[in-house]
Amino acid sequence: MPIEVEIVSPEKVLFSRAVEMAVIPGLEGDIAAMPDRAPMMLLLRGGVVELYENGAVTDRFFVAGGFADMTATRCTILADQAIALADLSVADAQARLAGLEASYDAADKMDVPALDLLMAKMQSARAEIEAAGGEAVKAA
Amino acid sequence: MASLKDLRARIGSVKSTRKITSAMKMVAAAKLRRAQTRAEAARPYAAAMRRMLAELGAGTRGQSGLPTLLAGTGNDRIHLLIPLTSDRGLAGGFNANINRKTRDLIRQLQAEGKTVRLLPVGRKGHDYLMREFSDLIVDHVHGSGGKEIPFSAAAELGERIAAMAEKGEFDVCTVVYNRFQNVMSQTPTEMQLIPLALPANDTAASADAPVYEFEPGEEELLSSLLPRNLQVQLYATLLESAAGEQGARMTAMDNATRNAGKAIDRLTLTYNRTRQTNITNELIEIISGAQAL
Repeated sequence: MPIEVEIVSPEKVLFSRAVEMAVIPGLEGDIAAMPDRAPMMLLLRGGVVELYENGAVTDRFFVAGGFADMTATRCTILADQAIALADLSVADAQARLAGLEASYDAADKMDVPALDLLMAKMQSARAEIEAAGGEAVKAA
Repeated sequence: MASLKDLRARIGSVKSTRKITSAMKMVAAAKLRRAQTRAEAARPYAAAMRRMLAELGAGTRGQSGLPTLLAGTGNDRIHLLIPLTSDRGLAGGFNANINRKTRDLIRQLQAEGKTVRLLPVGRKGHDYLMREFSDLIVDHVHGSGGKEIPFSAAAELGERIAAMAEKGEFDVCTVVYNRFQNVMSQTPTEMQLIPLALPANDTAASADAPVYEFEPGEEELLSSLLPRNLQVQLYATLLESAAGEQGARMTAMDNATRNAGKAIDRLTLTYNRTRQTNITNELIEIISGAQAL
């Protein structure tokens, strides 16, 4: 029995199809959405969503944080930003990471919530580089 | 009575005006279609977000120490109004309606003894409010009504408002925008963003629905969902306002084109009558001249 997976960014729906399983990068570790799962809501970290069909990965999407809402039959991923893995660019992500690191260094070290936010963004950018880099190596 | 030459010039100028208004109508129609598609594409995200908030809100209702974005500051003294207008005019009553509604709201709130602050989005609203309420304006945003509205524009605005809320610079935040009903009509609407009115959970369904697990905790989820929700709501209103602007411009330009057509008909009639009169006059002169010989 398949599960309906939807990947939605604020601008549009990126992916909406029934798949066998979706592996989602939760804040506290990867988690798989499968049919008849207990309903759950979780925060996402920056990472790759993998969609499985017949025991193999068919699609990969990079999400830069967001939320997921899983029920027994449906899994909705609300991504802050979602990109198909093939469209990722290492250079872009690296430039963004460099910018974030600079603002992290410049930031007021006493402002803990702001630092946490920057840290999360940096981690997401690192995950993006890793995801894009991994794909590039495989293609070469 | 205007001379033939004057009339010809008038007809020419009205004709070129008609060309411009009909071109603007076409452009607005094309932009409207795109704006509508974008507004529709943004709907699933907002809907999913509402569902999650309803689920989360049910668990936290009535608790104390809720985030400011959800519960407000507990006061009702300082109101922040955010009127959404376009940067460009020539859109009928689109901007004037918002300006009037905002002005009425300000007067009403001030009469109740409340402090009002303004954060106009869009040049037209800002220009108008500058004249009458320049001391109330805390900040303004321009360029949101361009052809593309990226989510980042709404995100930036949302972050600014959330930061102001955390600092306690206002108690209640309301957006005044044009709700897109159809191409012909946009309704000026006010929507309260902070404190947030949580969507009611459909109780019948949720009574026997399985209980959600939350990861990490309910509060952490809520505290990252709320700022996001603010941005999404703002994004939705920006998109609706953009679609409304194009709709209003299309209707206004359609009317202008039709009026120009009528004016041309009227002027052409006068022109022909005048020409006829002139010819008749000349004939009379020639004939009476010939008879006198």
